[in-house]
Amino acid sequence: MEKTIETNRKTNGQYDPLITHPYTVKRVINETHDTFTLHLGPTNGRNTIFPFTAGQFNMLYMYGIGEIPISISGDPSKPEQLVHTTRAVGTVTKAMRGLKKGHSIGVRGPYGNGWPLDNLEGKDVVFIAGGIGLAPLRSAMYQVLANRDSYGKVVLLYGTRTPIDILFRKELERWKSRFDLDVYVTVDRAIGTWRGYVGVVTILVSRAPYDPRNTVALVCGPEVMMRFSIMELKKRGVKSEHIYLSMERNMKCGVGHCGHCQLGPTFVCKDGPVYRYDEIDYLLDIREV
Amino acid sequence: MAHQVRLTLDALQSLIDELQSREYIVIGPKIENRKVVYDEIAKIDDLPAGWSDEQEAATYRLHKTGSPALFDITHSMNAWIHHLYPSKATLLKASRENSGFTVERMKEAPPKYALFGIRPCDLEAMKKYDRILLKDTFHDEIYKNRREKTFIISANCTRPSGTCFCASMDSGPKATSGYDLALTEIIRDGDHYFIADIGSESAQELINKIPQAEASADDIAYANSLIEKAREQMGRTLNTGNLKEILYKNYENTHWDTVGDRCLTCGNCTLVCPTCFCTTIQDYTDLTGSNVERIRQWDSCYNNEFSYIHGGSVRTSSYARYRHWLMHKLATYHDQFDTSGCVGCGRCITWCPAAIDITEEASAIRQHSITV
Repeated sequence: MEKTIETNRKTNGQYDPLITHPYTVKRVINETHDTFTLHLGPTNGRNTIFPFTAGQFNMLYMYGIGEIPISISGDPSKPEQLVHTTRAVGTVTKAMRGLKKGHSIGVRGPYGNGWPLDNLEGKDVVFIAGGIGLAPLRSAMYQVLANRDSYGKVVLLYGTRTPIDILFRKELERWKSRFDLDVYVTVDRAIGTWRGYVGVVTILVSRAPYDPRNTVALVCGPEVMMRFSIMELKKRGVKSEHIYLSMERNMKCGVGHCGHCQLGPTFVCKDGPVYRYDEIDYLLDIREV
Repeated sequence: MAHQVRLTLDALQSLIDELQSREYIVIGPKIENRKVVYDEIAKIDDLPAGWSDEQEAATYRLHKTGSPALFDITHSMNAWIHHLYPSKATLLKASRENSGFTVERMKEAPPKYALFGIRPCDLEAMKKYDRILLKDTFHDEIYKNRREKTFIISANCTRPSGTCFCASMDSGPKATSGYDLALTEIIRDGDHYFIADIGSESAQELINKIPQAEASADDIAYANSLIEKAREQMGRTLNTGNLKEILYKNYENTHWDTVGDRCLTCGNCTLVCPTCFCTTIQDYTDLTGSNVERIRQWDSCYNNEFSYIHGGSVRTSSYARYRHWLMHKLATYHDQFDTSGCVGCGRCITWCPAAIDITEEASAIRQHSITV
């Protein structure tokens, strides 16, 4: 039964993409005051472990409440640990925060294309994350670190609201202590004993150590943050075709049938969520597109 | 050339009888609440013989003609979509069980439809649906199962309505492929009959069971001349030359504000459009909380919550929602599915309460195009 979903995606077979499958919550990690991570596993062997690509998402379903797209934040080399990190902001995510070990949640997916990590060998890789945007980038980070020698410099630039909003803090501190990795964190507002950077993440884009002519940037965060980060990247000379960003739109089906996630001529669920910047640059400056 | 036969009015009734004996539910145009709708018919007498329609922007009227013609009315308000891609469908049922829940996938026994008198524009729309729901990575189970069983009897148009522009969109007035049978109605020298083009083996087999005669070359030529006359009488035209490129360059055209001021975002155009396919998925939980039904229903991009993401909707202004809709029909659909999102049926013009006309709006953008 393993890899069933992946196989059927390709063969257009019996797998019905709109049917959710109950998975069991194996672990809940409260990351910050409003973000949390869920580790999910198959329920009684009734469903399967499936492979995924860093940057893909699943549709997660809270029984009787609703279903939403959430990026996978786990390690692609460990598909048996199905990990999602999200912020409790809406009806579904607020209910999700109440989940405990042993509870059930519906899963279908994975959907979307993911980060283009296979083609980045020898390049400097710059991760730029805003807020919860760090979650889908963490999967890519795991993969890059697992093959660290294949890349040039690896830089993570992360901006969040305040020091108490820092996601994956322990992991970030561990990464920051490595000699083969540059990690910079900035907050919009310094509170408490914060001694780090203060200001938007774009200030880091202009200073961080990478070679703009040999860099690929992976960007995920609020649209406005991505727009300004890209402006800075371009100012430093990173080419548009070397910038990738992950977009968000309303989604109902995940397979390009329901129409909700249209972004210009594309469907975020199947043509995205990761786009090469020059494919959609003209859409990012238009309001309400 | 395909094989063509001549059928009388009685033979058409035999055709319906024959279909019903094979357990087809026959769907055809009929009058309901002073408009033509597309729904179940029992016999040929249910068709709107002797009626004709007037369609203009925000205008729809039926009137009696005194002619025995079955197809003097143009297309119905609704297309075939209700039948092959139902406006409401239960996808799954879930029930609470111990600490978790179980999911039951809903499997329907697909109804077997014979679509009678479907217009060429609507047939073209079905090809677009096939592309979207059958030929992508994933197919839609409900549509696939219903579609495979469907028998199609198209009716070529010999009279366009005031809002028709299928000739501009290359999707009418003659059905070119995708049908089992294509009828052209002829009333000539006191004779009332149909020329039927046979498009499939199952249609041939069916035709063999009913009274018919070989169509004469003269009949075929006459039928074609009627269709050609219809082509010349289109109520509207749309210049599609370079239109996609022009629209892409004009996302920021100020003309969108003008039409946005008129648009009520009611969504009528999306409900009557035969190429609109958007849906939403909602869960309905019973009062005890122990049973859930997940229902997919038609949705409209004009609804505010359609584009809702955390922080608010992407398209809040009416101009943005109209722009999204028109851009989808005439530009982005091409890039998504290699075909236009418009078949020129003109329903959106007829049923818009603000009389917004897609052909006028597209040509206004062309006229006021920002050159880049």
